[in-house]
Amino acid sequence: MIEGILIGLETAFSLKNLMMVMIGCFAGTIIGMLPGLGPMTAIALMIPITYGFEPSTGLILMAGVYYGAVFGGSTSSILINAPGIPGTVATSFDGYPMAQQGKAGKALAIAAYSSFAGGTIAAIFLLIAAPSLSKVSLAFRSPDYFGLMILGLTAVSAFSAKGHFLKAMMMVVLGLMLASVGQDTLSDIPRFTFQNMNLSDGISFVLVVMATFAMSEALTIIFKANDPTRVAKQISLSQLGSIKLDKTETKKMVTTIPRSSVLGFIIGVLPGAGSTIASFLAYGMERNFVNDEEKQKFGKGSVNGLAAPETANNAACSGSFVPLLTLGIPGSGTTAVMLGALLGFGIQPGPRLYQTNPEIFWSVIMSMYIGMVILLILNLPLIPYIARVLATPRTFLIPLILFFSVTGIYLMSFNNFDIYLMIGIAVVATILRLYNFPMPPLILAFVLGGLMEENLRRSLLISDGSWSFLWDRPLTLIIMFTILLIVGWQIYKSFISQKR
Amino acid sequence: MKISPSKIISLLFFIFSGFYLYTAHQIQVFTFDENAAFNAKTFPIYLGYAGIIFSALYVLLPETRPSNVDLTVLDYKRTITLVILMILYGLTILRVGYFLSTSIFLVLSYIVLGERKWIWIFLLSFPFVAIFMYLLHGLLNIYLRDPFLQYIGVMG
Repeated sequence: MIEGILIGLETAFSLKNLMMVMIGCFAGTIIGMLPGLGPMTAIALMIPITYGFEPSTGLILMAGVYYGAVFGGSTSSILINAPGIPGTVATSFDGYPMAQQGKAGKALAIAAYSSFAGGTIAAIFLLIAAPSLSKVSLAFRSPDYFGLMILGLTAVSAFSAKGHFLKAMMMVVLGLMLASVGQDTLSDIPRFTFQNMNLSDGISFVLVVMATFAMSEALTIIFKANDPTRVAKQISLSQLGSIKLDKTETKKMVTTIPRSSVLGFIIGVLPGAGSTIASFLAYGMERNFVNDEEKQKFGKGSVNGLAAPETANNAACSGSFVPLLTLGIPGSGTTAVMLGALLGFGIQPGPRLYQTNPEIFWSVIMSMYIGMVILLILNLPLIPYIARVLATPRTFLIPLILFFSVTGIYLMSFNNFDIYLMIGIAVVATILRLYNFPMPPLILAFVLGGLMEENLRRSLLISDGSWSFLWDRPLTLIIMFTILLIVGWQIYKSFISQKR
Repeated sequence: MKISPSKIISLLFFIFSGFYLYTAHQIQVFTFDENAAFNAKTFPIYLGYAGIIFSALYVLLPETRPSNVDLTVLDYKRTITLVILMILYGLTILRVGYFLSTSIFLVLSYIVLGERKWIWIFLLSFPFVAIFMYLLHGLLNIYLRDPFLQYIGVMG
């Protein structure tokens, strides 16, 4: 292992690769900051460039873009409540209220420190435990995955939509319905395509994300005659002082970061779970850990509420590389794009990768940590400047968001149908947003839809059509019990509020 | 009796779920797969039922936190105009080309939203799109078909 680490260090510290991490982090931050343009789009755009490099250099560049985009997404979540990616949606719960209170600099600093700390802890985990950690995810069977996905969706519905649990569950079902459009993965039978060839490959994830977040956010701003850049406009160099955290805030972060890092990393390792579930679960977990006084601040600008998802989503990013590099299974949509790139290089990821291509395996792990350091050095001092990019007047910002959304989809498919579909979904999402139908559960359900069906298929086939797989294994039983607890708690809460 | 907009949306979702369930039942599966424990229509059928159950519960149960929206303050005119502009943008992007359709879409959108700083409107439309296209086309090798630029001889 030591030999591998040294090979990794040598590769990662070459001038060319260091430059690639820097470029990747910077480009990722800028792209991720623009609402609607997340790491998937950024990495997808990078793929043609990386084919000109050696595999390790190409992967290092993509890893840098990934981390940069995750941090950039947090910036737009905090400043204008428009998450670039689903993984930073939970960041907006407390980050945006903090920004509205005039503490935008502080919120961005908390996000930067938490991301760095979460990423660092997770990178150490990854370095030490990468080969053996894959065994943990191997212990999970299809019923456990299916249960875990329902748990994630229920938790998101319960935590992200306060008092609107049923609305959130409807959004979950809608997300799953959208994910079911296209050819069935096993039998290739077309479903809900209505003989339209444009739908045979299903609806693109980027399309749904851009429509339900970037585009509908832009339309909602116009519809409600809001100006989300008001806070960003107020950020100036003279407010640099607000980036500093006081003792109480630091103390809060010190307790939050370790537990959120561990949770984020473990969730990230599990294929399909990824940074979105990690950030939501960390947010929910943190809410249960803090005292009643702090609990009241959640959703209104809590330091713990901001630090937890930020730490967890970065830790999950590192964690998601474990199944990708050791098992060849992507842990998230973004790592799925990276898997495609690896295959393009002629490299088959799997348990033998770190024996056959140690320089790739270890240099990517090493470059992750270098990426973390660069992000902190690059982002923290540049926060006021980065924020200024978002201080563009509403009259310019909205058309530019719409332009980036339409261009993003156009570049992926080069047809008008996807543009019209995106506009249609965005209009529906705008109306739904207006009446507090939450979008995060829809996105998560859409991402997990295919995997959920696949795991349900395997579970039902193994148990010969019986639903007993839900309680046959102790692990599945525990997961199902947790789901029942969450649902029961929601019913109890609505019963109590009705009584009042 | 006054029914809340959230309940109307839930009712629409109930109808949509019913239609989805009907369509799920119409999915043609292979004959040997008809009686299998799981086939292409199993999951969609469960989803259809789930949609019906959740939306029916919302319609039937009393609302714990009704969402009150003041419909009179909403800016319908600008929102609808922007949606129409996007549809027109989608319609022209392939026929006219990326450069002209995008630039015109941006100019019109800025004006619709009330922007009157003409220099900025110009800079953030035609030159901005040209630079963006150069980045995509020149640096990233992403080919963008553009009949207009081909017609005036800028693109090969």
